[in-house]
Amino acid sequence: MTLSTKHQAPTEGDPVPRPASGPMVPAPPARRPRTRNLRTWVRGGGLSTLVFLAPMLIVFTVFSWSPIVQSVIMSLQETNLLDAPTWVGLDNFVHVLNDPLLGTAILNTLYFALLALLFGFPLPIVVAVLMSEVRRAKGFYSALAYLPVVVPPVVAVLLWKVFYDASPTGLFNTILGWVGIPPQPWLQSSATAMPSLVLEATWAAAGGSIIIYLAALLSVPPELYDAAEVDGASIWNKIWHVTLPQLRGILFIMLILQVIATAQVFLEPFLFTGGGPNNATVTILLLIYRYAFQNSLGGDYGEATALSVMLAIVLALLSWLYFKLTERWSTS
Amino acid sequence: MKSPRTVAIAGLAAFAMVGALAACSAGGGDDSGKTELRVATFPPGADAAAYDAFAEQEAQFEKANPDIDIIGVEYEWEGPTFAVQLAGGSLPDVFTVPFTDSKTLLENGQLMDVTDEVEELGYADKFNPIILDAVKDGDRIYGFPRQAYAMGLHYNRTLFEQAGLDPDSPPTTWDEIRKAAKTISEKTGKAGFMEMTQNNTGGWQLVAASAARGGSIQEDNGDGTYTSTIANDATKAALEFLHDLRWEDNSLGSNFLLDWGTINQEFAAGNIGMYSSGSDVYTALVRDFSLNPDDYGLTVVPVENGGGTLGGGDIAVVSPTVDDATKAAAVTWIDWFYMQKLLDEDAAVLDAKTLTESGQAIGTPLLPVLDRETYEESLTWIEPYINVPRDQMTPFTDGIWEQTPVGEPKGKTQEIYALLDTVVQAVLTDQNADIDALLEAADVDAQALLDE
Repeated sequence: MTLSTKHQAPTEGDPVPRPASGPMVPAPPARRPRTRNLRTWVRGGGLSTLVFLAPMLIVFTVFSWSPIVQSVIMSLQETNLLDAPTWVGLDNFVHVLNDPLLGTAILNTLYFALLALLFGFPLPIVVAVLMSEVRRAKGFYSALAYLPVVVPPVVAVLLWKVFYDASPTGLFNTILGWVGIPPQPWLQSSATAMPSLVLEATWAAAGGSIIIYLAALLSVPPELYDAAEVDGASIWNKIWHVTLPQLRGILFIMLILQVIATAQVFLEPFLFTGGGPNNATVTILLLIYRYAFQNSLGGDYGEATALSVMLAIVLALLSWLYFKLTERWSTS
Repeated sequence: MKSPRTVAIAGLAAFAMVGALAACSAGGGDDSGKTELRVATFPPGADAAAYDAFAEQEAQFEKANPDIDIIGVEYEWEGPTFAVQLAGGSLPDVFTVPFTDSKTLLENGQLMDVTDEVEELGYADKFNPIILDAVKDGDRIYGFPRQAYAMGLHYNRTLFEQAGLDPDSPPTTWDEIRKAAKTISEKTGKAGFMEMTQNNTGGWQLVAASAARGGSIQEDNGDGTYTSTIANDATKAALEFLHDLRWEDNSLGSNFLLDWGTINQEFAAGNIGMYSSGSDVYTALVRDFSLNPDDYGLTVVPVENGGGTLGGGDIAVVSPTVDDATKAAAVTWIDWFYMQKLLDEDAAVLDAKTLTESGQAIGTPLLPVLDRETYEESLTWIEPYINVPRDQMTPFTDGIWEQTPVGEPKGKTQEIYALLDTVVQAVLTDQNADIDALLEAADVDAQALLDE
């Protein structure tokens, strides 16, 4: 329809009102171009494109876009999902911003992100660089590094929960005992709970990053190493002056992706500690979950979606920043 | 690119997709003209024998009511998913909810009015009035109280023996519990006592421990408002008790992030000497957590300073979204499945016989939802089928009638339990936790919730 209007407009001008006796009116001259265009569009593969696209469009509309729009609407409402919702303006946002737990959740999330950055970010790089130096059985080491990623996340967390047994007979505490370190409380203390979560998260995610870094390392031109060697560079110099600068782009992308992922940390605190002990591991996403579900007999779905919307805005800004910066890199 | 074949394949793909989506939304209708009734069965994870027993009961019911088609649905009461399941239509037509949540559900219009049906069945007057109160709004009734429990102290007889304690005379005061816990911990290396702390159960248990010491965490002002009284001596004493076991005696084990399910799991695995939970938990311990019955012992929770034992229970309710025919079928099912075995000898015997044949627990100690006489009489009907070790539960079954039952707090119950979870966790994970300050802070937060 839109195609036809476009083509009719310059030749016909304003449409003339038609008398009721339609059949007497001669066909408008633009009819032929319209059918030809439609035919051209079909012949050009337009129909099959649309047909192939339709399932994806339907699935995205039903399962992604529509819930996103509904969440934004719900953040301005109060609802128990059963009765008609009432509009409450920005009340939900005000409520969330006044919740004393929000500050704790933000700080905890930042703490998680910081620890994940300190331990989780450099580790895969180091391992990838070391692995790229290995001459034999490279595939075996890659498989070994990637193995934790294959373990389903919930299974991994439950497994680590056993490892983190805080009694002196717990697995990790037994190992620490061999080297004379006293048993640690792991998940059972506010001070050590978050680092324990990060340790497991790093273990679980490092494999994927290692594979990406290994692939990136392959793209470093060997001539650069040869030239550095001719100039008398040591291994350390080669890594510092050749490898790392060459990986700069991928390092930055991985950094931004990690920041975005850690801002949404949920699985570990939810399964390991439920946010405890004493709210030491309540993260933003866990707080959203609590608003919506913990005491959901009247469910604060409005507040949950309000906080989700705020988080989404912050993450959108981060993503925008990521696109801007990577754009510059890809053009340079 | 645009050959007829390509277009045909694309068309087929689209039809397949649409067909698949249509298939998703199909179903629900019953060609036989029977009323389909989706009823709650067990929490996910129950053993196969439980399902066999249910299938048998389903057949018995359908034989007696040929126009009703029962469909069992796995179900576990969970606050988090309830409202979503209700809105999404995936909740069974008949399900059970705890007393604590019935008031909120009532206020939210999430329960079906069954006053006429209860009256028609003729046992509206037979319910224990305190218990019926949990499902009433004015004079309207919104559910069938089907099971009630009092808090009990569950203990592991084998660990008692290993620690040199007599499993036939369990502790009767909080001091004795502390001593026994210390002994068990020292002699066996297992946790002498353990406490739930997560998913609102920490608050639930703290309120129970406070009630047992004569405390109450809120006052009902009678006009729909409540005053928080969390910062009281009994609650403080309950927290100090936990603090001493944890930090002075080191008899609480090493896991302070437990809830109802995980503490049951630990107990069934033989890692806990004693813990406090509902007296009806034995059924789940055996059915869902594979407890060895020989290990099990049950006694009353000690009460002092005029305190009582916190009670609770659940009610069978009908989803508020069902039509009249389904509602009628639902009431017929509730009456047959939950109520008649409490009232009628034949029904009680049939139920007990069916369950015993599949090895399900019969005779777990409960509190009567009707009157005590009817309850005790019903026990005599099913005596030949009782398979739970009631002789290991006599300290409870003898002692419970001397204790005053106390109802759970009514205002914002679960929200306040969640607040108190944090307090219990703080005491158990921070040696220098300031109990007074924690209680004061929780009191302020609770009052803010109650004033909302």
